[in-house]
Order: sequence, then C-alpha cells, then structure tokens
Amino acid sequence: MRQVAIYGKGGIGKSTTTQNLVAGLAEAGKKILIVGCDPKADSTRLMLHAKAQTTVMDLARERGGVEELELSDVLLTGYRGVKCTESGGPEPGVGCAGRGVITAINFLEENGAYTPDLDFVFYDVLGDVVCGGFAMPMREKKAQEIYIVTSGEMMAMYAANNICKGIVKYAVSGGIRLGGLICNSRKVDKEFELIQALADKLGTKMIHFVPRDNVVQRAELKRMTVIEYEPEANQADEYRTLARKISENKNMVIPTPLTMEELEELLITYGFMDAEEEAAARA
Amino acid sequence: MNTAEWINTVEYKELNFARKALVVNPTKACQPLGAFFCASGFEGTLPYEHGSQGCTAYFRNNLARHYREPFPAVSDSMTEDAAVFGGRANMIEGLKNANDLYKPKMIAMCTSCMAEVIGDDLKAFISNARDAGSIPASLPVAPAHTPSFIGSHITGYDNMLLAIVKTLSEGKYKDGDRNGKLNVIPGFDAHIENIREVKRYMSMMGVPVTVLADNTETFDSPLSGHYEMYHGGTTLAEAGDSVNAIGTISMQAYASAKTVKEFGAEYGQKTAEFNYPMGIAAFDSFLMKVSEMTGMPIPASITDERGRALDAATDAHQYFHGKRFSMFGDPDVMLGLARFIMEMGGEPVHIVSTNGTKKWEREMQALLASSPYGSSGTAYPGKDLWHLRSLLVTEPVDMLIGDSHGKYAAKDAGIPLVRIGFPITDRVNLHRYATLGYKGTMNLITWITNAFLDELDRTCDDAHFELLR
Repeated sequence: MRQVAIYGKGGIGKSTTTQNLVAGLAEAGKKILIVGCDPKADSTRLMLHAKAQTTVMDLARERGGVEELELSDVLLTGYRGVKCTESGGPEPGVGCAGRGVITAINFLEENGAYTPDLDFVFYDVLGDVVCGGFAMPMREKKAQEIYIVTSGEMMAMYAANNICKGIVKYAVSGGIRLGGLICNSRKVDKEFELIQALADKLGTKMIHFVPRDNVVQRAELKRMTVIEYEPEANQADEYRTLARKISENKNMVIPTPLTMEELEELLITYGFMDAEEEAAARA
Repeated sequence: MNTAEWINTVEYKELNFARKALVVNPTKACQPLGAFFCASGFEGTLPYEHGSQGCTAYFRNNLARHYREPFPAVSDSMTEDAAVFGGRANMIEGLKNANDLYKPKMIAMCTSCMAEVIGDDLKAFISNARDAGSIPASLPVAPAHTPSFIGSHITGYDNMLLAIVKTLSEGKYKDGDRNGKLNVIPGFDAHIENIREVKRYMSMMGVPVTVLADNTETFDSPLSGHYEMYHGGTTLAEAGDSVNAIGTISMQAYASAKTVKEFGAEYGQKTAEFNYPMGIAAFDSFLMKVSEMTGMPIPASITDERGRALDAATDAHQYFHGKRFSMFGDPDVMLGLARFIMEMGGEPVHIVSTNGTKKWEREMQALLASSPYGSSGTAYPGKDLWHLRSLLVTEPVDMLIGDSHGKYAAKDAGIPLVRIGFPITDRVNLHRYATLGYKGTMNLITWITNAFLDELDRTCDDAHFELLR
C-alpha cells in the first residue's frame, strides 16, 4: 500500500487534481482510499457525485464523540470502488481544524480503514502546512510520498516552497519524501519552464504538466471527474498520464527549499517579474 | 423544604440525571496519570511529559498522596511560545536536561493536552533531539500520545505500555521462537500488592512471568535512609523480550486492550483478558487459564490457600448476605467487584463508572443478570459522583465501595465507605494489601464484613451491644 499526500496552496486545484488522477488509477484497476483532510470536505465530491459527504467530525459532533462512530458511517464507496472519507472539522473561525484532522486519521487507523487490499491511500490536505494537525498525514507510518500541486503563479510557488520546508522537517525523522510537483496550469507565461526550474532547485521533478481545459469545470459541475464525464477528452488522457507517472514514480527525494531571494531570482530569470518591477518593489 | 433536603428528593435526582453540560467529580483522571503509573513499572525509567508543568505537578501530587512516596517525573515546560511555535525546542532541551540530571535507563514520554491540540509529533521531535546531541542514540525513549480529552487514565496506561513494549522490543522479535515466559499485565491497579501476589502464585506454579508493568518497588520501597530515584521495576531487557513470550494475560481488559491486541496480532501470542478477577471463582478461572496456557498444574499449596479463603468467606457470609452495595471506579474494577459481591451473597445496586463505555454497560448488565443477587443492580456508564449521591439518598444501600472521593456521598447517605481504587488519600497503607488472589479475597471479606460490624457496634442501642457477633 502506498500512502500519498497531496499538498498545495488553497484554490490551486488539489481536490480536482487528486480525484481526477485517482480516477485514472481506478480505471487502471487500482484499489484506492481518499482521505480528505480539509474542513470544507470537498475532496470526494467528484467520486461520490454528491455534495460533501458526512464527515468524521460532523458525525462526532452530532453523536457527542468520535467513539460513538462506526467506520461504515463515514467510509463511502464512489466511482469504480474508490473508498472515500472526509475528516471535516469546525465551522470557520472556531475550534481547531488541525486537531480535527488528527482525530479523524486516528479514528480511521484504529477502526481498520486501511485494509491490506488497498494499493493507494491519498490524503488531500488543506492549503499550506499551517500547523501540526495538517502535518498529520506526513507523520509516522502514514504518507511516505508527497506531491505538491502548484502553478506558475508566484504565491502558489511560494506555498510549494513552504510545504517543502515542512517535508524536510519530517523527512529526517519520519522518512517521507517528495515525489514531485504537479503543475496545474494557469496559463501563466513560461509556466512550464518556470515550474521545471523550481522543481530543479527543489531537487525534484515536475512529474506532470496538466494543461488548462474547460472540460474540467464542466465535469465538476456534473460532480464528475473528466475521466468519467468525457473519457475521450484530451484532458482525460492528461490525468491518465499523471496517474501512470505517479504509479511508476521512483524518484523520491528530500527537497532543498529555496530562500525568498532565490525564489524571486527564479521569477526574474523567467521574465515573470521583470527588472523594472523588481526595482520598484525594492525601492 | 430547604436546599439540603431538596437535593435528597427523587425530583432532584431526576433533574440531576437530566444534567448534560456539567460533570461533578468524575470517577476518572486523565491519560498521562495512567501513563506515568505505567512508566514507573520499568527499571530506571523516568516519566517525561511533553507539555506544561502544571499537569506533571498534578500527576506527581496524586500519586504521592496515594502512596505516600515521592514520585519523580519531569515535563518540558511548554508555555505560550511553545503553543505557537510547537514544542520541538522544549523537547530538545528537556531531553538533554532530563538525561544529564537524572541519568535514566529509559525515558517514557507522554503528552499533555496542549501538545496534542497543536499536533506535536513525538517521534520526529525525539529524533531531532538525538540529532542535536541531547541524548545518546542508545537511550530508549518510548513515545505515547496521551490526549486527556480522549478516554481516561486507563487509556493512558494502555498507550504508554504499548509504546514501551514497541520501543524496547524493536528488532527483538524471534518470529515464534518463544522464551517460555508468560506476560502478565496488571493494568491500572492502585493496589500494587496484587502484583507481588500474582508473582507468588506464578512461582508456586513454576511459571516464569514478565510483569508489564511492575511498579511494586517504586511505590512500596523499603525505608533504608537512602533516597533512590529509581527502585525496582521490570528490567528493560525482560520488557523487550516480552514479544517472545508464550502468551499474555491481562488482569484489566479495559486498561490494556490495545497492548493485548498487539501481542496477539503482531507477535502471535495466546492472549487472555480478565476484568480484575476478584473473589474466589474469578481467581480460579485466572489460575486455570494460566495452567491452560502454560501446561503447568495448580499445586496443592494453592488449593490449600483457596480452602482458607473459602473458610473465611463462610465465616463472614451471614453478615454479608443480602447486604446492598453501591460502587464506583474503573470499568474493570467494577466488574471484578460486582462479581465478588454477588459471590458473597451481597447485592450490587448502583454501579457508577465515568470511564465506563456502552460495551461495559452491556457487560455489567449481563454479569448482573447471571445471578439472582444482581437483580436490583444497574450499571451507570459516564455518570459521576454527584449522580451517585442522588442514587444513594433516593435508593439507599448499606455500603459504598470506591476511592476516597466517595466519602462525602457516603457521609450524606449515612453509610460506611470501604476504600478500593485510586486515589486513597485519607487512609494509610491500603496499597500494601492485596485485593486479588485468595489472600486478597480474604482481605476484602475482612474489610467489608468488619466495616458492617463496626457500624453495628457504633449505632446499636445498649441492649444490643453484644460481645458475640
């Protein structure tokens, strides 16, 4: 069983990318569990064809404690037998979402959600690694490989770099590794080269460049992955390729995060931020 | 009606039982207390809490008050900055100080709520501390996550025990090449003399045992004039070899569920779980299980002891039979106690366990249903001592059994309290007496029966103040 965590800046398309690539793996006959680690609970929508499923924490809140739950209450089966669960968490502005992730993952472990027949477990994790709770999937005996979804936009790259700092911390003790960057294209200038270069600096690979295609949005509206909605589409093949590359990936590294200056330099090199803008920014 | 009278009414009891948002005197403590208790049962082991100082002070205090012995334990003093930045720096410095100052053979690490809420990763931090040179590579550090907002002290005991076994046994499993020994897990048993008793029975049967965890010497060390920070405990080598035992028996199923499961599932051992086997019949089944697992017969010397316990039970029976009892405490202890009371012809009536689960309730109700003496009994999982007080004043019983916290309710109800459990802070030396085994059974019979007789002498009129009872 390979345990894989997908990180990346909020809104970059982690959940969409994860579910589409999982659909690709499922199509190839793999057995998969998706663990959504986001209070918004939107990591399994395209698999289940339904709005956010009942989450572990929702049900715990309703029943007065996680010990009142059964695994079958929160583990649903979606597209091609993919098992889906969502940690859930508090309402925005209250409580501790990070602890929600810890509680949910502990619950899943203790109640045997990780069955030996699984080929993959995917953790779809909220935004940056902002606290210990969101690092839970990286901890002992959980995800061994991390993929970071990014684009050529500066803040997405900045977030990717930050996530790498988190990985370094856990790589030393826990043995987790970075499997690569997934570029979810925003059609930024020289995006391919830029992410390639970032991957290079981080000591990893851009495992795949996923082009932008409106079919993704159309499929999402129908609560489906592209592979299910329009299996013949080019974009479906892109996700299949991503799935295959991840499945075959052997290139696992401890990343070498950049300093802010190095990151800015990279952007200058690729013309994303030209010299005048840079001078203005420094003035 | 004034308030003091009103709180004794059925009307108040109903309001009390409808209470949802408030707990008054729960019959449980938090996870690290159990973790500390467990840690103290291993040779040269320093209990270490990754968290704030106050928690550690509270656990030390609790244990010291019960045993009237000093209890050394440390914390890495997480404060507000640690809550923001994580406790990594505290652990790197804390482990160094702990090792430099107290020279332990092992550090048993648990966590306070604060470290758990912010999600500190113990294993990662410990390896960071090793890399930073805080502690030598050879010093074992067993990490247990013990958030107090989950479970109770018995959960903490289990988590710590599992962590210690896993840490010490790393690379030592011989894949079915058994060492001929039997593991015995006492559980969170405040009556530590029980451990000595179990060891005595095992040696009478010729069964070599590893006790996980053996804290008799820690809490009952001889007064020699010299302070020893570490005294006794199961050796680390033995604990590490426990994965190669022929089997594991737990005296407290609820306090060791995860650990027992690990011994069975990961190390292919025969396992058996008991619910604090108090009384003659329950201890019989314990010994017979040991005999079955090891192939060793029960010797005549034990049969003789059993016969003496039976004699003690018969002598006391007329004072015991038909008496009504209330009791509170840990789930295993309640099951053991209720079984023993019914064996003596007493009637368990109210059985309160704040850390009792629905499963425990079903188990307790099934036990009560197995005997005519259980017909007026009810199990109350999740209820507290204020609920118990309402029960005592509206449906009276003859005696309350539990720890020292029960003395207020017992006083209000005008009944004696016999002290079993943790903590006992208002009587001396009770931890030096067994409650398990045939001698333990004799102790229980003696304490309970004599408490009734003392009560009779204290309250009867002169005409009935008899020499013979």
